[in-house]
Amino acid sequence: MIDGILGVILLLGGAFCLIAALGVVRMPDVYVRMHASTKAGTLGVGLIGMATAGLVAESGFVVKAFVVVAFLIITAPVGAHLLGRAAFKANTPFWKGTTEDPAVQNFREPD
Amino acid sequence: MRVFLQSPEGFLGWCANVSALMIFLALMLAVVRLIRGPSLPDRVVALDLISMLLVAFLVIFAYASGVYAYLDAGLALALVGFLGTVAFARLIDHNGDTGESS
Repeated sequence: MIDGILGVILLLGGAFCLIAALGVVRMPDVYVRMHASTKAGTLGVGLIGMATAGLVAESGFVVKAFVVVAFLIITAPVGAHLLGRAAFKANTPFWKGTTEDPAVQNFREPD
Repeated sequence: MRVFLQSPEGFLGWCANVSALMIFLALMLAVVRLIRGPSLPDRVVALDLISMLLVAFLVIFAYASGVYAYLDAGLALALVGFLGTVAFARLIDHNGDTGESS
């Protein structure tokens, strides 16, 4: 029973990884692509780590799997924020559907 | 349809194989974006996703093969992948988008 649930979680993790990559290919611009890559990717890796930690159930494996997942959860938003900020400052073009607050231009050239 | 030479029997082995197969497909899609991506940040996003997917694959592989040392490799890859993303972000921040627009 537990094994079945953990197997399904493992499959869900793989599916979320696939969805993340699909989003990175199909989304219209950098800023939108970063949503797919960081959110769905982190969720996929997290589900896979949790499922394998439950399946192996040895203290060394469980601790390391938790450390991997915690580290990804901490670093993925930081990396995405740095990258989005750098892309915005480098004038990477927006998708045509993006509306922009004019005041945000102050951020691009700080005095 | 087997990705691993050695994997657990039954439903769990099937789950591990299918999950690894989906990660392979995701890696191919990420490489498509890495090659096509019109700007440098696009390629960096694809690289970030690739390192994340490789961590996921290493975790599954450590479980399926029973060689738990691969989990350490996944941990190290997670650390280095983050540093790579930060370094690229700093590069774009300082030099602007130097990738050619194709």
